[in-house]
Amino acid sequence: MSEKTTTKENLALEVRHVTKRFPGVIANDDVSFTLKKGEIHALLGENGAGKSTLMNVVYGLYAQDEGEFLIDNEVVEINGPNDAINYGIGMVHQHFMLVPVFTVTENMILGSEITKGTSLDLARAKKEILEISEAYGLEVDPDALIENLPVGVQQRVEILKALYRKANILVLDEPTAVLTPQEAEDLFDVMRDLTKKGVSIIFITHKLKEILNVADRVTVMRRGKVVGHAKPSETDAQGLATMMVGRDVLLEVAKTPAKPTEVVLEVNHLKIKDERDVEVVKDISFEVRAGEILGIAGIQGNGQTELIEAITGLRGADSGEVHLSGEIIPFEKPRYLVEHGMGHVPEDRHKHGLVLPYDLADNIVLNTYYQKPFAGKMMIRDDQAVLKNATELIKRFDVRAPSPHVAASTLSGGNQQKVIVAREFSHPLKVLIANQPTRGLDVGSIEYIHKEIINMRDEGVGVLVISAELDEILSLADRIAIMFRGEIVTIIDAKSATREQLGLWMAGASPEMS
Amino acid sequence: MENTNTLPTTTPQQLFLKQWGTTIFVSLTVIAIVIWQYILNANVTEAVLASTIRQSTPLVLGALCGLLGERSAVINIGIEGQMLLGAFVGFLVNVWTGNLWIAVFAAIFTGAVMGLLLAYMSVTLKMDQIIGGTVINILALGLTGYFYQVGLTTKGKMLPIPLGPLADIPIIGPALFNNPPITYATFVLVFLVHYVLFHTKWGLRTRAVGEHPRAADTLGVNVFKVRYVNVIVGGAIAGLAGAFLTLEAVGSFERAMTNGRGFVALAVMIFGKFTPLGAWGAALLFGFANAMQTQLQFADIQVPHQFIGMLPYILTIIVLSGFVGRTHIPAADGVPYEKE
Ligand SMILES: Nc1ncnc2c1ncn2[C@@H]1O[C@H](COP(=O)(O)OP(=O)(O)OP(=O)(O)O)[C@@H](O)[C@H]1O
Ligand SMILES: [Mg+2]
Repeated sequence: MSEKTTTKENLALEVRHVTKRFPGVIANDDVSFTLKKGEIHALLGENGAGKSTLMNVVYGLYAQDEGEFLIDNEVVEINGPNDAINYGIGMVHQHFMLVPVFTVTENMILGSEITKGTSLDLARAKKEILEISEAYGLEVDPDALIENLPVGVQQRVEILKALYRKANILVLDEPTAVLTPQEAEDLFDVMRDLTKKGVSIIFITHKLKEILNVADRVTVMRRGKVVGHAKPSETDAQGLATMMVGRDVLLEVAKTPAKPTEVVLEVNHLKIKDERDVEVVKDISFEVRAGEILGIAGIQGNGQTELIEAITGLRGADSGEVHLSGEIIPFEKPRYLVEHGMGHVPEDRHKHGLVLPYDLADNIVLNTYYQKPFAGKMMIRDDQAVLKNATELIKRFDVRAPSPHVAASTLSGGNQQKVIVAREFSHPLKVLIANQPTRGLDVGSIEYIHKEIINMRDEGVGVLVISAELDEILSLADRIAIMFRGEIVTIIDAKSATREQLGLWMAGASPEMS
Repeated sequence: MENTNTLPTTTPQQLFLKQWGTTIFVSLTVIAIVIWQYILNANVTEAVLASTIRQSTPLVLGALCGLLGERSAVINIGIEGQMLLGAFVGFLVNVWTGNLWIAVFAAIFTGAVMGLLLAYMSVTLKMDQIIGGTVINILALGLTGYFYQVGLTTKGKMLPIPLGPLADIPIIGPALFNNPPITYATFVLVFLVHYVLFHTKWGLRTRAVGEHPRAADTLGVNVFKVRYVNVIVGGAIAGLAGAFLTLEAVGSFERAMTNGRGFVALAVMIFGKFTPLGAWGAALLFGFANAMQTQLQFADIQVPHQFIGMLPYILTIIVLSGFVGRTHIPAADGVPYEKE
C-alpha cells in the first residue's frame, strides 16, 4: 500500500511517524518503531520520554495527531481500544486498570462478557479463566476481590485479561515496577513462554538488567523522540543508560561510611492486625539513628506496608509504640509527624502521595500549605509563595512538566514520583521514611534521588528505606533489616550482606541455620 | 511466588450478619408491630399497609432513578424536577387527550428528556453535577408554575386491579395485590433494575464505569454511552414516579406537588446502599413511618401535629446516620470522565 513497505520482514506491528501533542508538550515527536513477530522489544527512556503515551496511542486510548499503524504489514485504523483489541493488541497499563471492588472474573470479562440469554454466564467465564490461567501457568482465584489481592497477583490478572482477549501483541508498561525480584523472574518466564506461542511483546522498563536479561531488541526514547536502537547482546547497562539519558550515569552512587549518632526513630514491640484481623506485624522493634540509613528488605506482603503505615500515621497499631526523637508519637496523626520532622514517600503514589486533579504547585504544599510562607494574612493563601516554591523544586528535582499549573494526573509516572520526593525532601527533616522511593524512575532520576537520600543522611537525618529492589537496599542501606511474615528476621550490617543470603532470608530461611 | 499470607478470618455467616443484620432487625421489628396492630385492629392496619405502599412508590421510583445514575457515576439531584415535570406533562396530556396510558407515556418521555438534559450537562459539558441537577429542579418548578392552571382535573385515575385470590390474603393481600398499574410496575421495576445491574452485561459495565471509568474504557466500554443511557432511563423512571402522583394517587396537579420526594428518594437510595432492593426496603420503611404518622394525626394525642409530621424524617435521619453502617459509594461518583 504505502511506498516503501519493508515487507520481507515479518512485522507484527509497525508504527510510522506518530506525533502526539498535549497542551504544552509534544509527547511523541515523529516516532517510528517496529515490532517483529515473536520478539520481546524493550522500550527504554527517561521519565516523561513518551513511552506510555506512544503505547496509549497504539492502543487507541489517545488519538494521534499524525502518523499511522501497520499490523501484519497492513495499514489499520485504530480509533479506540475496541479496534486495538480486535487487532489482537493487549495492554497492561502502568497503573493497573482493574476495578478494585470487582472479582477477578468480573474484571476479566468486562467488555467481552459471555452471556447466557440476557444474563452474564459467570460460571462459564470462570471455567475459561481457569483454563487459560492453567495454560499459561498464571495462577489466579477467579472469585477473589481485586482489592484483596497483592499487586503481583493483580498484575497476573492484567496479563490474563489481555490473553483472554486473544492478544498476540502484548504491551507491558513497566510491569516489573511493583513486582518482587522473584515475581519478575516468573513474569520473564511467562513472557518467554508467550513468545514461543507466537505473541510479540513490547516491554517497557527502567531496569536495565531486565532488558539485558529478556529483550531481543531495544528502542531508546528521549523527550518524545526515538534516539537509538540496540541489541542487548551488543551492549551493557552502562551503554544503555548513557544512550537514554544522554550523559554518563552512575548506576551506583558512592557513599562514605555512616556516622550514626543519637536514635531518632524507635519502634517498640509494634503489633498490627489488618482489616481481616490477621496479625500482619508481629512484635517488631528496631531503631534508626541520625546519620544512618536502615533498609528494610522483604518480599511484598510481609507486613511492610502496614508497619510503615503505622509509623507514618496512616493507621493505628494494636500494641507497641513508636518514638520520634524520643517522644511517643500519636497514631493516625500525620500532621503531628510532619510538624515534628518526618518525611514520607509513600508506597502508593496515587493513593497516598498526590491529589491527582490538583496542580503541581498545590501538591507540593499539601503538607505545609497552612504554614508560613504559604499561608498569608487572614487565612488567604499566598499564591506567589506557593508558585515560587513549586518552580524552584520542579527545577531542583528535574520534574518534567510544562508548568507548575498542570494537574498531577497529566505527568508521567516517574515525574509524579519526583513531585512527591520534592515535597517530602523540602521541609525540615529528622526522619525520612522512603517506601519504594524510586519505583518507576529512570536511571538518571534514581541516581539523583539516591544522592539526595545519602545527602540527607550525611546532614544527620535518620533514614528508613523500604524497597522490594535488593539492589536499591544494597546500594543505600548502612544496616539491613529483613522482614518475613510480619517479623524482622534479623538486622545485619550492610557491608557483610550478600544478595544470595538476603534472598534466602527474605524467602523465609532462618538466620540461625546459616 | 505465591503470597498467601493473609486468609480472611470472617466466616460467611459473620459476613452475612454484618451485611444484612440491620435490615433483618428493622424488618422483624416492623413485622412485629404490624402483626400486633393487626390483632388490635385489622382494618386500620390494612389501611396503614396500603398507605405504606402508596407512600413508598414514588420514593422507590425516584431512588431507582438516582441509583442508575450514580452507579454509572452521575449524581442526579434533579430527581425532584424530573418527577415534577413528568407529573405535570402527564397531567396535561391526560386533560387534553382524556387517555390515561398516553398520559403515562408522556410523563415517562418527559422524564427521559430531562435525563437527557442532565446527561448532556454532566457527561458532555462536564458541568458540576450538583449544579446540573439544580438547573433541572429550578426549570421544573418554573415551567410547571408558569403553565399551571387552577381547577383542572384528570379524566379518570389509574384504578386498583385486584389480583384474584391473592388480594384476599390477610394482612398483606390488600396492600400488595390490589394496586393500580404504576404500583405494580414499580414492584416489577425494582427486581428488573436489580437483575440488570447485577446479572447482565449492561449492569457490569455500568458498575465498572461508576468505579473506574478508565479501566472500562481500556476494555472498549463506551463510558459516555453507558452514562447517557443510565441517566436517561433513570429520568424516564422519575417521570413514571411523576405520573404516579398525578394519574394514580391524586388525580390532579398542584404546584410543587412532589413536595421534596425527589430528595427523600436520594436519601432512600443511600440508605439502600445504592441497590434496588435496599432502596425498596428503605422506601417501605419511610412509607410505613409516614403512614403511621398519618394515623397518629387522627389519634387523639396532645402533641402538635407538626411534630408528628416530622416523625418519618427523624426516623430517616436516625437510621441513615446510625444503623446503616458503611456504604460503598461508587468510586468515580460525580467525576466527569476525561478521555485524554
Ligand atoms: N493526559 C495527558 N495530558 C497532558 N500531558 C500528558 C498526558 N499524558 C502524558 N502527558 C505528558 O506527555 C509526556 C510523556 O508522558 P508519558 O507518560 O508518555 O512518559 P513515559 O515515558 O511513560 O514516562 P514514565 O517512565 O515516567 O512512565 C510527559 O511530559 C507528560 O507530562
Ligand atoms: Mg509511563
